[in-house]
Amino acid sequence: MLLAAVDWHSYFFMLFAMLACAFAMGVLLTSNIVRMAFYLVLSLGATAGLYFLAGAEFVGAMQLMIYVGGTLVLLIFGVMLTAQSRFVSMKIRPDEWILVASLGGALLLLLLYVAFSVPEWRMEHPHPAEISVAETKLAAPIGLALSGVRLDDGIGYLFPFLIVSVHLLVVLIGAGYLARTKRRATSEN
Amino acid sequence: MLPLMAQLTVSHYLFVGAVLFVCGVACMATKRNALGVLMGVELVLNGANMNFIAFASPLLREKHLGLDGQLVALFVIVLAAAEAAVALAIALNFYNNHSTIDVDRASELKG
Repeated sequence: MLLAAVDWHSYFFMLFAMLACAFAMGVLLTSNIVRMAFYLVLSLGATAGLYFLAGAEFVGAMQLMIYVGGTLVLLIFGVMLTAQSRFVSMKIRPDEWILVASLGGALLLLLLYVAFSVPEWRMEHPHPAEISVAETKLAAPIGLALSGVRLDDGIGYLFPFLIVSVHLLVVLIGAGYLARTKRRATSEN
Repeated sequence: MLPLMAQLTVSHYLFVGAVLFVCGVACMATKRNALGVLMGVELVLNGANMNFIAFASPLLREKHLGLDGQLVALFVIVLAAAEAAVALAIALNFYNNHSTIDVDRASELKG
């Protein structure tokens, strides 16, 4: 009886939202860089769950594959390459914490006020029964839009796709060039 | 009405996005480790992406952004990957040259 009354969409939203927010706070509050990386993985994974719940399956899958599987692994390698004991835990002074807490709290209050101030954003979907499953099957339309063809009446994204591809290529070559190993000038041995 | 039985709205997603954004900004401001600052940037980008997904979702609103919001979110993910690669390369270069990763020690350009 009670289980039938629970809206599982909302239930899983609450679960993933709490995970994402709690681990984001964990990233902020811990001073250990290894723990920060781990909390960030969990927070972004929960974010991917929220994308799935919003009907953006393709973006959620890309979030898991590119972000959690690629970008964060890169970050963790960076952590491992620089993890000397004096850099693992770097603390800041308590007065700086107070300043950040007051400024961050003010920013959060402002953003939450904006998020809940527009009545249209607080309205629920008026006809939830009319949402079709086909509306959320978006992998093929996204692929077509990236190659310049839109099934609905919108603009194609071929040119931005081209720009972002060249941008990624240039950035990766540049990053490889920047991070190449050099003989350190002040090497002991 | 119990919160578990309420239907989701865009504001729910904006709430999570705002929390992620503020955590990221505070991370960028407080961390002394350059990689911690980088993690703050990732959180900020995810908070922004959450708003795109919320406004694009056909499940939350009747008049939604549709495919455009999801495509922009994909571009943001790709650009975040590029940004992380370059920032990590710069951080590693800094670490090689100065044997530290503390951003407070990177003060050579100070006038």
